[in-house]
Amino acid sequence: MRLELIPRQNVSRWREWLTPILAFGVALLIGGLVIGLMGRSPARAFQVYVIEPLSQGWAIQEILLKATPLMLIGIGLSFCYRADRWNIGAEGQFVMGGLCGGGIAIATQGMATQGIGGWWIVPLMLLAGSLGGMIWAAIPATLRNRLGVSEILTSLMLVYVAQLLLDYLVRGPWRDPSAFNLPQSVNFDAAARLPVLFAGGRVHWGLVFGLLAALVAWFVLSKTLFGFAIRATGEAPRAARFGGFDERRVTLLSFLISGGLAGLAGVAEVAGQIGQLQPSISPGYGFTAIIVAFLGRLSAPGIVLAAFVMSMILIGAENAQIALKLPLDLARVFQGLLLFCLLGGEALTRYRLVLGR
Amino acid sequence: MAFALLVFLTIITAATPLLLAALGEYVVERAGILNLGVEGMMIVGAATAFAVAILTGSSVLAVLAGIGAGMMLSGLFAFFAIWLAANQVASGLALTILGIGGANLIGAGFVGMKRDTIPSLYLPILSDLPVIGKLLFGQDPFVYASLGLAIAVAFWLARSRNGLVLTGIGENHASAHMLGHDVRRVRTLAVLFGGACAGLSGAYLSLIYTPFWSPGMTAGRGWIALAIVVFAGGRIWRLLLGAYLFGTMSVLQLHAQAGAIGLPSQFLSALPYLATILALVALALRDRRGQGVAGSLGQPFIPDR
Repeated sequence: MRLELIPRQNVSRWREWLTPILAFGVALLIGGLVIGLMGRSPARAFQVYVIEPLSQGWAIQEILLKATPLMLIGIGLSFCYRADRWNIGAEGQFVMGGLCGGGIAIATQGMATQGIGGWWIVPLMLLAGSLGGMIWAAIPATLRNRLGVSEILTSLMLVYVAQLLLDYLVRGPWRDPSAFNLPQSVNFDAAARLPVLFAGGRVHWGLVFGLLAALVAWFVLSKTLFGFAIRATGEAPRAARFGGFDERRVTLLSFLISGGLAGLAGVAEVAGQIGQLQPSISPGYGFTAIIVAFLGRLSAPGIVLAAFVMSMILIGAENAQIALKLPLDLARVFQGLLLFCLLGGEALTRYRLVLGR
Repeated sequence: MAFALLVFLTIITAATPLLLAALGEYVVERAGILNLGVEGMMIVGAATAFAVAILTGSSVLAVLAGIGAGMMLSGLFAFFAIWLAANQVASGLALTILGIGGANLIGAGFVGMKRDTIPSLYLPILSDLPVIGKLLFGQDPFVYASLGLAIAVAFWLARSRNGLVLTGIGENHASAHMLGHDVRRVRTLAVLFGGACAGLSGAYLSLIYTPFWSPGMTAGRGWIALAIVVFAGGRIWRLLLGAYLFGTMSVLQLHAQAGAIGLPSQFLSALPYLATILALVALALRDRRGQGVAGSLGQPFIPDR
């Protein structure tokens, strides 16, 4: 028996949009099966993972909080993946963003009270964070452009380097001397905190940045020549070359955009949410955002939606840890399953499967 | 002298898991498939092997379970990347994410448990030779297996008919298909072999290298194995060299940390990752790009009817 793939002549739009929804459904079903095998009720799990995060006020706020970094990073990654460039080190670029932005916060500590600091601190932090992420992403892009080194491995290796650098700083030179040897920096001044959107809430301006980034990304990718160059390089590299698009420029710019947004997400996380630097500032947002980018079919509106959905699952997993004593790692298993389901769905969209002899 | 010998011995134990995983991926990439899921298969192999070792008390069953777990995951990858022609990079990432999560689920009940390592094989008489005796003839079975496997793979790829078919398929899958070779079948078998090697490598980590299970214990070794395959550039002796160089690197890092040479420990921990990047750069500076890489690496293959 043989599995044959017959290319479909034209793929209808509704099928393209149905694919991620169906893939998500299938991944939920498989996840439910796993939970059933672990001896818990899948129906109860569905309630904890999906219904409860959507029906409680505090949980919706948490969803918005976690969706912020996922959205920012995922939007950036869509530029790389559209161009067929594999930046898988967004986690490291996120950490560098938090580190550089946090560094500014620590350096300007106390200035606001002395009357020197003020309104410029937060913009400077955001700038430093984005630059940090961009520099970290420029390394694999440049190595690929100049020497032909695979960007996949270098971008990933730099994740470990960034994490260790942050760990060193927080335990060493940047440790808060009054924190009883705890590995953490000082608490940032109020002038170095990203303001919240609603008084009394925790959702900060990062969410607005994410939505703005999505709007700009949608425009750039679908309406500008640069966006066309990215898509052409990814879908038909030979044609793009003949068309006169500079491959190296596309590589570098897509990495800079991706790294810059990951860095911005990192600084927004430390300035908006955590309020200090710690040895670890991310529960793997940079990797989860890869799934988010694919779940959103690499389109900006899709990624915004996907970020909320994935965030809901992450909150659900935290709930399930308490309510059902289910391990947090189930969420990661689910992410892997989901990516497989998406890839399978993609294949079924593009090809008709026929079982031959 | 005794200290140098001890260092040599630890280098060998550090290099062996890298060599095992890299050998598997080497064959996979020769067949024209890029499986980025090595880290995931390795860590599931480690968790499964340790769990089975505790439950059954049998090291043999544990090793087999590790291999089997690696193969199961690689089979999943093969189904998507080969039979559904899905993007190989994305499929490999999915495998790694799934693997890391799955390994933590498998290992959750075994955190903190300990177990004796698998004893070394002391070949009688030979291992009593002064100095080189213990080095050459007193290693654990995996070390011999990894070196034997390296020789076997080198010969099989270069000298056997099937090995040449596999290389040919990797070089140009369309031509190989037209010559009547079953591209997808051969590639599936190669990927399964890669999974078995990664699982075995994981089993080595949790049964011998550090005889316990802890989440994230592979610490990027799967990715370093992928870099070693790039470093090898199509030659097995360079694969061996690469694995032992990285083994040396991680041992130096441990000794430097123990000896406290003044550098912060995080810098030393970052060494293997920085060295990986440097090795890739050095290689690119020496060779022109693309040398020793299978011609159709990473490209999906859909046979005509």
